[in-house]
Amino acid sequence: MELTLWTYEGPPHVGALRIAASMEGVHYVLHAPQGDTYADLLFTMIERRDRRPPVTYTTFQARDLGGDTAELVKRSITEAVARFKPEALLVGESCTAELIQDQPGALAAGMDLGGVPMVSLDLPAYSKKENWGAAETFYQLVRVLLKDQLPAPGFTKPDPTRWRQEGRRPRVNLLGPSLLGFRCRDDVREITGLLADHGIEVNVVAPLGARPADLQRLPQADLNVCLYPEVAGPVCSWLERSFGMAVVRTVPIGVGATGDFLVELGEKLALELSLVGEADRRSRLPWYSRSVDSTYLTGKRVFIFADATHAIAAARIASQELGFTVVGLGTYSREQAREVRAAAQALGLEALISDDYLVVEKAMAEAAPELVLGTQMERHSAKRLGLPCAVISSPLHVQDVPARYSPQMGWEGANVIFDSWVHPLMMGLEEHLIGMFRHDFEFVDGHLSHLEGASGPAAAAPANGIASTAAGNHSRLADGPGTSQDTELVFTAGSVQAGGGQELGLNWSASGEAELSRIPFFVRGKVRRNTEAYARDRGVNTITEEVLYDAKAHFSR
Amino acid sequence: MAQPVASVAALSSDGIAVPSANPGAASSLERPDLIQQNGQREVFCGLTSIVWLHRRMPDAFFLVVGSRTCAHLVQSAAGVMIFAEPRFGTAILGERDLAGLADANEELDRLVRDLLERRPEIRTLFLVGSCPSEVIKLDLAKAAERLSRQHTGRVMVLNYSGSGIETTFTQGEDNALLSMVPLMPRSDEDQLLLVGTLADGVEERLTSLFQRLGIGLIRSLPPRSSTELPPVGKGTRMLLCQPFLSGTARALVDRGAQFVRSPYPLGVEGSRAWMAAAAAAFGIDPATVAAVLDPLVERGRRALAPHREVLAGKRLFLLPDSQLELSLARFLQQECGMELVEVGTPYLDRLLMAEELALLPPATQLSEGQDVERQLDRLRAARPDLVVCGMGLANPLEAEGFVTKWSIELVFSPIHGIDQAGDLAELFSRPLRRRALLQLP
Repeated sequence: MELTLWTYEGPPHVGALRIAASMEGVHYVLHAPQGDTYADLLFTMIERRDRRPPVTYTTFQARDLGGDTAELVKRSITEAVARFKPEALLVGESCTAELIQDQPGALAAGMDLGGVPMVSLDLPAYSKKENWGAAETFYQLVRVLLKDQLPAPGFTKPDPTRWRQEGRRPRVNLLGPSLLGFRCRDDVREITGLLADHGIEVNVVAPLGARPADLQRLPQADLNVCLYPEVAGPVCSWLERSFGMAVVRTVPIGVGATGDFLVELGEKLALELSLVGEADRRSRLPWYSRSVDSTYLTGKRVFIFADATHAIAAARIASQELGFTVVGLGTYSREQAREVRAAAQALGLEALISDDYLVVEKAMAEAAPELVLGTQMERHSAKRLGLPCAVISSPLHVQDVPARYSPQMGWEGANVIFDSWVHPLMMGLEEHLIGMFRHDFEFVDGHLSHLEGASGPAAAAPANGIASTAAGNHSRLADGPGTSQDTELVFTAGSVQAGGGQELGLNWSASGEAELSRIPFFVRGKVRRNTEAYARDRGVNTITEEVLYDAKAHFSR
Repeated sequence: MAQPVASVAALSSDGIAVPSANPGAASSLERPDLIQQNGQREVFCGLTSIVWLHRRMPDAFFLVVGSRTCAHLVQSAAGVMIFAEPRFGTAILGERDLAGLADANEELDRLVRDLLERRPEIRTLFLVGSCPSEVIKLDLAKAAERLSRQHTGRVMVLNYSGSGIETTFTQGEDNALLSMVPLMPRSDEDQLLLVGTLADGVEERLTSLFQRLGIGLIRSLPPRSSTELPPVGKGTRMLLCQPFLSGTARALVDRGAQFVRSPYPLGVEGSRAWMAAAAAAFGIDPATVAAVLDPLVERGRRALAPHREVLAGKRLFLLPDSQLELSLARFLQQECGMELVEVGTPYLDRLLMAEELALLPPATQLSEGQDVERQLDRLRAARPDLVVCGMGLANPLEAEGFVTKWSIELVFSPIHGIDQAGDLAELFSRPLRRRALLQLP
């Protein structure tokens, strides 16, 4: 038993629903009580879909339990097939139905469905979660639909370069995009365009927008592109094992990864791609990041928590393409924990693998970041801590399904990412200027311009290079940390809460407090914490003005 | 109104089966046959009511004992990401808990201990049963007793079911209040007991109006502080603020309370009748009631007028959801001039709804329960001007060209009382006004 106040992922049958709702011509009969129909609103309200997800719930009640719930399942299946005439039928159960063991899949297998392919879903509700359920459903559906095409054992693998002999363009499948996935709709368009620019055709996009018949065409592609491993990982591996189809696994988020993606594609397809200068030509991120205006981004402390795909991509973009310092990296995707751990290790960090948002919030506070990249929940946590934040991953909020074209992948995706990550910091610059002029009568200490509703200017609020030098007169101490020692320091500092400060056996002298008060509020907490850690390390009990400067000198080494 | 106060005897002779067992016999009115449906229901379960109950009682915590689905339902229905640490959560059953109930009980005790340590401000803990906890027969009543003993003097532990196999949407509140009834102290003093959660501001306003009418002592269930339960006894006149409190009403009658029969306080006329029924139960002169309420009624009708212009003559279809449907239908027909195509309700409690039923036009088509696909077939055939439905159906129906009002807003908004009637009407006129405003291709 585990206490959960809020959860990143729904139960596995919601994952199955995502697959069904993403596709055309698929219907899902779900043995579940009426409360489970809430899942419809995930699609009709959050995704703002104009139709109901294709699901029939049996909505059994307590009074049915003594009777024949199996009969209810069969009736629901018969009626759903008659009414919706699906091209493929998913049959499964939610957590409660799992306990009464009607085995709806077996019941369906014994029925005459008029030849409709049926997939029996076995999604353990008490041990698995939404993304696993989506991946398993997609995999089972593809397996059932390709059953008749399975090559005999010992078959010769199809050559991904056969397009040349066949005198046609190379063609690939884009696998993984789904409803409730982050910006999938626009990523598909972006990647389809990117491939077209290089003479590569898209054979099938699935599950988003695909019909069952499209899944039967999957083997006609030269290879599979695993766009979202959370959903398409198992399918791609199975197609690789059973059909010998090559897989491109680089996820093209960020300019570096988009380039690598094209290189991997080119290699596997034996296709000459002229990529020189393409990133600069097609995306503004490289130039914007090199431009002098972006100097102030250097070493910005960024905390990342997302699904595995977006967390790993964000870490690379942050560290290699924007010059940030990643001070925290984590995911709620346990299935991909290994990959996230590796990405964290490469940055000298230990990955946070958790589905407890309070643990994430605590780690966020401890890491004292200047920017948070996370889910909607991290946005709320960041707001409480007074930190700017950009949302980079599911679970979705209606805001994450924008009307405008807004991909994360490919060249345009990199542009979108540059804007959406840097704009909160530009606002941070505004904060800084407010700090500079805070002695002017127009400004009151603690003024917040964009962090509306935040708990107050916290310790870890944005600090940045330009203003800390410009504000030299009274913020000489502010431009200190920003180096890697900082990480250790922050983690050893005793108080987690921003602006905490008063610790046992440590006190501030009047001169120390006075000097501290001259530091702009948005870095004051951080300086206070650093100084206290420094004092503690050296057994200093009273923090004077001089101790403050000693600490500054220490940390700016 | 012949007899506003029903005796206990009269109550039991009315029969207390919910939902009604024999629809045909219950009414002498010439009504189209009740459509009783027993197919797919598109309604939340009782867990959803935690969303407003926890706000009513800030010193209470609601712990659902259930699955990840329960947790996901509550957060999705409520959009709860705004809370740092909400006062509700889910003890998610794992495979180990399913394997052995003894372990599940130990696990629950541990989890509650941790929770109470972390949240020292909690005075009442509700263990809320769910579909899985009921199917595995985890005895939460026993668990609540045991935990109450373990934490005696520190926190009161209650339990009720919010499961979707037992309850629908607003019935969760009924069960929650029902769990508190046995703990209410006994007192025979004269008091008006308002039963059902109201928005705090509305409650204050209604209380002050009752005082103006001359009712001295007014208390509420649920109280704002979970530990300050109102007493109940022979002097208690029980006035229901919400129509979905079937179990609680009967339990309070069993504890000696007199049931004040009335339509529900939605709309000007409904609210006036509701307050007048309470006044009559205290023997207050109708002239006093008129002196206090008539100016409000007059003002309320003026507030309704612009909305009536939009709504009059429009055809309304209500899908079953919050259990407020009959009261809303009565208000929108009687006071806003709408025509009723079909009035759906999750279940029909003829005792609690008697006054509402009497006020509906005789030809009103009622439906109880749901078979959502067939109901939508009827809806499409009828082409109503406005549809009241849940969040899962609203956008798909809008996309088909229907104008909708999603009903969950009705349980979160202050809509009760004469002064709120204009706001209530506005919730229904807005979608129609909006549709008229938009000039889209």
